[in-house]
Amino acid sequence: MYVAVKGGERAIDNAHEWLAEERRGDTDIAELSIAQIREQLALAVNRVMAEGSLYDPDLAALAIKQSRGDLIEAIFLIRAYRTTLPRIGHSKPIETSDMACDRRISATFKDLPGGQILGPTFDYTHRLLDFKLAAEGKAPVAQTRETDVDRMPRVTDFLNQDGLIQTETPTDTSPPDLTRQPMQFPAGRPLRLQNLTRGDEGFVLSIAYSTQRGYARNHPFVGELRIGRVVVEMDIPALGFAVDIGEITVTECETVNQFTGSKTEPAQFTRGYGLVFGQTERKAISMALVDRALRWEELGEDNMGAPAQDEEFVLAHSDNIQATGFLEHIKLPHYVDFQSELELVRKLRRETADATKEAAE
Amino acid sequence: MELRSLSGGFENAPIDASRAFRAVLNAMARPGVIEPITGAQGPAPMSSAMATVMLTLCDPETPIYLAASHDTPDIRDWIAFHIGAPIVTADKAAFAIGTWDTLCPVTQFPIGTSEYPDQSATVIVDVEHLDQHGATLRGPGIKDTAQLNLPDVVAFQMNAVLFPLGLDFILTAGDQVAALPRTTKVEVV
Amino acid sequence: MSDYNFAYLDEQTKRMIRRAILKGVAIPGYQVPFASREMPMPYGWGTGGVQVSAACLTPEDTFKVIDQGADDTTNAVSIRKFFEFTAGVAVTEHTGEATVIQTRHRIPEEPLREDQILVYQVPIPEPLRFLEPRETETRKMHALEEYGLMHVKLYEDISRHGNIATSYAYPVKVEGRYVMDPSPIPKFDNPKLEMAAIQLFGAGREQRIYAIPPYTQVISLDFEDYPFDPSKADHPCDLCGAEHTYLDEVIIDDAGGRMFVCSDTDYCAGRQADGHRGRLSPIQEAAE
Repeated sequence: MYVAVKGGERAIDNAHEWLAEERRGDTDIAELSIAQIREQLALAVNRVMAEGSLYDPDLAALAIKQSRGDLIEAIFLIRAYRTTLPRIGHSKPIETSDMACDRRISATFKDLPGGQILGPTFDYTHRLLDFKLAAEGKAPVAQTRETDVDRMPRVTDFLNQDGLIQTETPTDTSPPDLTRQPMQFPAGRPLRLQNLTRGDEGFVLSIAYSTQRGYARNHPFVGELRIGRVVVEMDIPALGFAVDIGEITVTECETVNQFTGSKTEPAQFTRGYGLVFGQTERKAISMALVDRALRWEELGEDNMGAPAQDEEFVLAHSDNIQATGFLEHIKLPHYVDFQSELELVRKLRRETADATKEAAE
Repeated sequence: MELRSLSGGFENAPIDASRAFRAVLNAMARPGVIEPITGAQGPAPMSSAMATVMLTLCDPETPIYLAASHDTPDIRDWIAFHIGAPIVTADKAAFAIGTWDTLCPVTQFPIGTSEYPDQSATVIVDVEHLDQHGATLRGPGIKDTAQLNLPDVVAFQMNAVLFPLGLDFILTAGDQVAALPRTTKVEVV
Repeated sequence: MSDYNFAYLDEQTKRMIRRAILKGVAIPGYQVPFASREMPMPYGWGTGGVQVSAACLTPEDTFKVIDQGADDTTNAVSIRKFFEFTAGVAVTEHTGEATVIQTRHRIPEEPLREDQILVYQVPIPEPLRFLEPRETETRKMHALEEYGLMHVKLYEDISRHGNIATSYAYPVKVEGRYVMDPSPIPKFDNPKLEMAAIQLFGAGREQRIYAIPPYTQVISLDFEDYPFDPSKADHPCDLCGAEHTYLDEVIIDDAGGRMFVCSDTDYCAGRQADGHRGRLSPIQEAAE
């Protein structure tokens, strides 16, 4: 005899208990500390901070621990926490020209003032599994030396001096904030950049890659990629001046792209821009390519109908928290809607059968 | 800033605001219904109901227009302290407050655009009193007809013609609130 | 109660949502954009409804949550617990006792009263979205009241299937102006959209809130020669015998055996408590 399914509440509690046990794993193995995650899985921490839109390595590390290493789940935890935080004020724009760089490379010039600094990169490592790492060894130490460089001018500034690259006009207007106002289209570049810097790394990478394969190709060169620490300043109205409130690590990428021009306008290179929390250079480069592709209208290019040129398509689908939530919601019961479809299909089949029968008679 | 501008806020903001919102929601969803509303006190001549509605709905993201009757230093200070909303000209207002006469002509407020009819002003009017006698109201939220004393008729009729654009009105008196959304059709009996 | 603010959301967020709700009520059927917040449950799992409920609840409320008509489905339980914890409100499974009801995919069978609010969780608020994926385009269509595309779609259904092939999320026109998605309720529920309670719709991921005030005209789109038909399974409930309710089909064995039961579990239980019995009622003393 049928009895309706009951006990959802108990099932949920039991599932949560089981999850907690699985998260911890074998208790004979030492538990991970937040500090271990923060220090040794720093690039995962960086991604969670970037896509979670919250610069806090300890909280990001905690989220990674709680989410069992599922980074999208960790980003979700950070986002949900972030929305509960009060807004005390707004910082001044960070000045990346004053960055203390750990890494700074340009693909467009062999050498340049300030020099090329490879920094801690995977780039020229041979991707061979290092079995020595499996055994806990002693801590590697890198050589250091004092730098004699005090400023690292931007590559795009060199080009701009000669008018070879399009000038970005500074403005004092506050950029919109998609976490405070609903998205409206057309969005405009500041909102696009905010969307992309929070966007899913995989999504932004794939859209960027599609431009390289010819879907709105824009001939990008990495004009400059820099990673390092910048000071965050905030105006304190009561004091009447700005104070340092801390330091963050960011990755900035400026691409130099195909030129525009006409008979009347001299030819000029164009730019794409990426800026992301933490050491996140794949994301920053991808962001710059997608930013550049989305600027087609402003730069007088043709709409090739490519996904990367479609602002609404890119911005509406870049957020992995929105995407994963909606995707996974199809796990929820849908038997009411399904039932109405079932009734309809039965009705249509019945009508077709009747019509066939009539025709046969 | 005068000391009296610092008082008159909610005692328990989340709870007071939740009750006040339900009163406003009910009023807006059922034109003609008069709801009690309490929680805040603004400087004279602002009614307690108006002060409560403002604390419930206004904040730094909502530009406010002050009609002459309510454009006093005390009210400006009170808004600066409790709400933090910018005071703006009529054409930029998300909310407009005042007595009916000083708010007129209400055509000076934004009525939204055809793509975003929600980007229109909400006008909060302090009236002498509210009672369910007067103009006949018809439209969404009203089962057959309702009645409400209104400070005007023609202005509300003209507003309803603009639908889906138009203004939405919240009427306040003492510690009572009623509302007249743009969908309500007003007739004199 | 918890350390979080009453009903979880901060006051500024609630004010923003409350303003959107009021504009929604003032422009019935129009989707008001709002800056939806990340909630501690995933997008697509009722975050829009949860934000609307959070903005509406007062400490005096009695809250009910249903998913597919049932109070005991896992997501309904999860949302109910969330508000028990963050707002400390009383909860109930009885439609008649509730003042605020959050729902996914159903309207309760028991007619709602003037002192009640029904909050719908909405996945895709735009009724034209599956005909035109671009927000910039659909917004223009609503602005110009250009709903030809929807009628063409329904008409194509008829020429292909002999029937309008939409069985849930069936589009309606509100107060003669906006075409609106009533959320994925079965079309059986559409006639109930004209009711005494306030109906609020929240779409979190899509950042839209819309509303139907009480006693507002809501018409399901149709054609003169193909009038709207709110049909349902042609069976009585096998537990309570009701002939007028929306039914779930339950497979009871692997030989094609099935039974039909009310999807509104509270309504069905109420009828059984009143002595109504269906064909397969487990309550033995009532067996006829």
